[in-house]
Amino acid sequence: MTSSLNLWLIPVLPLAGAAINGFLGKKSSRTAVSTIGLVFSGAAFAWALLVAWRFSSVALPYQEYVAHWIRSGNFSADFALYLDQLSLVMLLVVTGVGFLIHIYSIGYMWDDPSYYRFFSYLNLFMFFMLTLVLANNYLLMFIGWEGVGLASYLLIGFWFSKDSAASAGKKAFIVNRIGDFGFLIGLFLLIQHFHSLNFTQVFNQVQPLAPETSGAGLLTTIGILLMVGACGKSAQIPLYVWLPDAMEGPTPVSALIHAATMVTAGVYMVARSHVIFERAPGALMVVAIIGTLTALFAATIGITQTDIKKVLAYSTVSQLGYMFMACGVGAFSAGIFHLMTHAFFKGLLFLAAGSVIHAVGGEQDMRKMGGLRSYIPWTFLTMGIATLAISGIPPFAGFWSKDEILWKAYSSEHGGLVFWLIGVITAFITSFYMFRLLFMTFFGDYHGAKVDEHGHGRHSHDAHGHGEPHESPMVMLVPLMILALLSVIGGLVGIGDRFDHFLAPVFGSGAAEAAGEAASSTTEYLLMAVSVTVAGLGFILAYILYVSKPYLPQKIADSLGGFYDTVLNKYYVDELYARLFVKPLIDASTRILWQGIDRKVIDDSVNDAADGARHVSDEVRHMQSGNLRSYAGWIAAGSAVMIAYMIWLGVGR
Amino acid sequence: MVPLSYYLVLSGILFACGVAGFLIKRNIITIFMSIELMLNGVNLSFVAFAAHWHALAGQVFVFFVMVVAAAEAAVGLAIIIAVYRTRETLNVDQVNLLKL
Repeated sequence: MTSSLNLWLIPVLPLAGAAINGFLGKKSSRTAVSTIGLVFSGAAFAWALLVAWRFSSVALPYQEYVAHWIRSGNFSADFALYLDQLSLVMLLVVTGVGFLIHIYSIGYMWDDPSYYRFFSYLNLFMFFMLTLVLANNYLLMFIGWEGVGLASYLLIGFWFSKDSAASAGKKAFIVNRIGDFGFLIGLFLLIQHFHSLNFTQVFNQVQPLAPETSGAGLLTTIGILLMVGACGKSAQIPLYVWLPDAMEGPTPVSALIHAATMVTAGVYMVARSHVIFERAPGALMVVAIIGTLTALFAATIGITQTDIKKVLAYSTVSQLGYMFMACGVGAFSAGIFHLMTHAFFKGLLFLAAGSVIHAVGGEQDMRKMGGLRSYIPWTFLTMGIATLAISGIPPFAGFWSKDEILWKAYSSEHGGLVFWLIGVITAFITSFYMFRLLFMTFFGDYHGAKVDEHGHGRHSHDAHGHGEPHESPMVMLVPLMILALLSVIGGLVGIGDRFDHFLAPVFGSGAAEAAGEAASSTTEYLLMAVSVTVAGLGFILAYILYVSKPYLPQKIADSLGGFYDTVLNKYYVDELYARLFVKPLIDASTRILWQGIDRKVIDDSVNDAADGARHVSDEVRHMQSGNLRSYAGWIAAGSAVMIAYMIWLGVGR
Repeated sequence: MVPLSYYLVLSGILFACGVAGFLIKRNIITIFMSIELMLNGVNLSFVAFAAHWHALAGQVFVFFVMVVAAAEAAVGLAIIIAVYRTRETLNVDQVNLLKL
């Protein structure tokens, strides 16, 4: 190791910020709190940039030992960091987008009474996310994994006095537990068979193994278990239900944790474990199917939602599905590419949505918006750019990454026409519901109440003026603009497979890549044209339905009847889960664990023991009468018994 | 010469009288006297055995018992006086402070 990069500083800086704000923030002024929050997250970003700057001068993968942790027999896991092209991309996305969202939060959260708590949590999240990204073994990664779950829980339930926020936080935490269970068992299997959780050591042992083409073996099992973990964290079917509810959190949190960074941890983990997945086609197939289904499923729900953040939440689930589809067809770099561009445009969409919500005084229902274009032009502009980006209109960022995924889904040996087809349909739906959101919010007439002092208790900062919708302060607009810029140019790094080549040392020149190069470029352009066309169609359809003939959607909804209701109610998945899992669990807990075991067995046995002791002592205490002569009588009788016993034994004879 | 068994029977009778008096009587003074009776019953068996076995140790024990009994009588009588002063009775059935 010629020169140390001091990677450890990157996660530790936000931790210091979290500690300072958490312990001292209550007594500090808002300015001090925001300074500390910004300085420490900004310093992490700066250091990450420095690392990127010196990236070419270090031998990769670069490993940094920080501290001794677990040494047990021949198993060891240390606090040690790992840097390669993949972690560098994640590092820059997390610190960069994270820093921008910190800035934005100053404006958005300014009037919140728990201002310092918010920044402390946000910095804490950064610490855990960076630990996750930089870990050199699965165990340390798991620490980060659980840590971001904790931060997510704390931030979803940030307004914990509101019942729905508190239960949304719990829901996120519990659903993630299910995924973590799978992840943990996967880790146990890794320890059992490879005696290590260190990335390098595990992958070196997996590398020589042959792909499990015939039937499921060890690697397939591990792969599927890891995918279960990823399903929880990255909100895939069947564990996606927590993410839409997570919108109860403040909007910057939705942008940072539930769109740009934390939910992509599953994609990162799968990509990091690509050595395992590449040798387990069965597991890859599972990843691809789950990803594809989630993409389509969530997108259809997105069409019907009217809460602006819920639309974006389902859109996030759908886009994460895209990333998993990419990983599932073996195109890990395409998945990471989409992860990055998605972080830009979805972070931007959420922040812009936050700005809209801010403008209209806490209202989230799009039906009560409309015509906001003229009131908040900057928000409209940036959100428009993000919408173009997510819809896959060239040359915006989303186009490049989405097209890459669709192309790989079609051309990869693990992929197929079906994946591509569903991907294109999803792209159409995505474009439709995103433009629907844009048109409902910014076009037409303003439907909101202009002077409305009631019903806006949602955000404390909305206590100030309602009246006209107003543009957000500069501190919120600047991050929007920077992210908008990134949403425009962020995709350009992917031109000519440059992003692919950058990540090639990590993922190797896999079969997917080779197949991609081999296929004719005519096909590629044809498919590209198709996906751009469907994106355009989505735009046109949304324009017809929501701008030129706004009475049509209701008619269509009415004509679809029951089906529309099903989609509107999110396919009743929450109700199904409640019926299938939650209610039986609560019933069983109530009847068996609480009434049965706790009440009947534990409580009763303790009470019975106490009652028994009292009854016995009630009888016994009457022997202590205080009557001297009765005591003497007992002594005499006892002595007599003793003497009789001795005579019977024949003592002295 | 009077055989040993006579002494032992007398000693047993004295001791039994003491026990009976202790259990039956209610007056503390009488109870106290019963205790003395038991002690002396034991003393009698000691000296009887000592004479029988020509061993001096038995005689010595008796002196010890007498000394201790004297000391006990002094303390005991003092306690009895104290009890009488506070409770104005010498009936043990009414002095049942040890009752729960």
